[in-house]
Amino acid sequence: MKYVRQFAIILAVSFLGEVLKALIPLPIPASIYGLVLMLAALCLKVIPLCAVKDAGKFLIEIMPLMFIPAAVGLTQAWGRIQSILIPLIIVTVVSTVLVMAVSGQVTQAVIRSGRSGSDQKGSDRESSGGKEGRDRE
Amino acid sequence: MKDLFSNSVFFGVMISVLAYELGVLLKRRLKWAVCNPLLIAVIVVMLTLAVLGIDYESYQEGAQLLSYLLTPATVCLAIPLYEQIVLLKKHARAIMAGLVSGVFTSLISILVMAMIFGFSHEEYVTLLPKSITTAIGMGVSEELGGIVTITVAVIIVTGIIGNVIGEAVFRLFKIEEPIAKGIALGSASHAIGTAKAMEIGEIEGAMSSLSIAVAGLLTVIGASVFAQFL
Repeated sequence: MKYVRQFAIILAVSFLGEVLKALIPLPIPASIYGLVLMLAALCLKVIPLCAVKDAGKFLIEIMPLMFIPAAVGLTQAWGRIQSILIPLIIVTVVSTVLVMAVSGQVTQAVIRSGRSGSDQKGSDRESSGGKEGRDRE
Repeated sequence: MKDLFSNSVFFGVMISVLAYELGVLLKRRLKWAVCNPLLIAVIVVMLTLAVLGIDYESYQEGAQLLSYLLTPATVCLAIPLYEQIVLLKKHARAIMAGLVSGVFTSLISILVMAMIFGFSHEEYVTLLPKSITTAIGMGVSEELGGIVTITVAVIIVTGIIGNVIGEAVFRLFKIEEPIAKGIALGSASHAIGTAKAMEIGEIEGAMSSLSIAVAGLLTVIGASVFAQFL
């Protein structure tokens, strides 16, 4: 029964997300309202972590599967894409790599600048942080 | 025989799950980055439909069960996020800096390349929301007057590209911090990138989940400003 109750809570939050989407005239999907609601409920302890954790982890684990139908649907858009295919591919690949490199580098630079300021407290991931420290010695 | 496949309730989901499982097996065997389970699954399903002569609508009828779970699954991304909330607060400044710079890079790079290739305004605004989650991206494209079907296609391709090349980009640009990897995957390739981040680690997954929401919202604002530029 544990999974049924957990799934019921998750669906209820998803539904509340849909309600918010209907009420607020912004191009924001129900899933994002739901995510914010769920995070708020967990932080405020309205929903305890153990009440959604197992079913939630399962849904996250199978998440890649959920993109397959939409991706297969690319065949449907083919007619409209064909004429600008090459520039489209270049724009998509180049900007994806750029965004990833810039956002990653900036985040890392700010984290590391903060760390060097306040004595070498090390990485946040205990194990790797410990290893790094030892390597340096 | 063909009717049986087309009318079956379970065929769409079954072929999708089997194709994904095949991808997982291939990846384990060959250990190539191109052997991405999602990418393989998509190609295998496309080929199977073509060979069996099944149209997309009949496949989609069964397979939409998988898409249906996407909203509850996205809601559940709050769980890893909550588990890492201490880390999130501690590094709030770095995380916001990464996300804002990522969104700007996306908008600027699309503007520059749209100018180079001589895209029309319609094609340009179609591409603007390419790095954010499908549901927000569709709304942005529609509002700015883009071609929504192409936006969806480009968003999904962006996600798969990010999912496949993420780890190579991290090696190339020496991105080593788990938080930075998560922010990079989430802001460049939304939920499909987040699926990869979840595989890499818990911190990566949590930060990537956060990026889907925040980068999505920043893009809603940013894209409406950038739409004026071309």
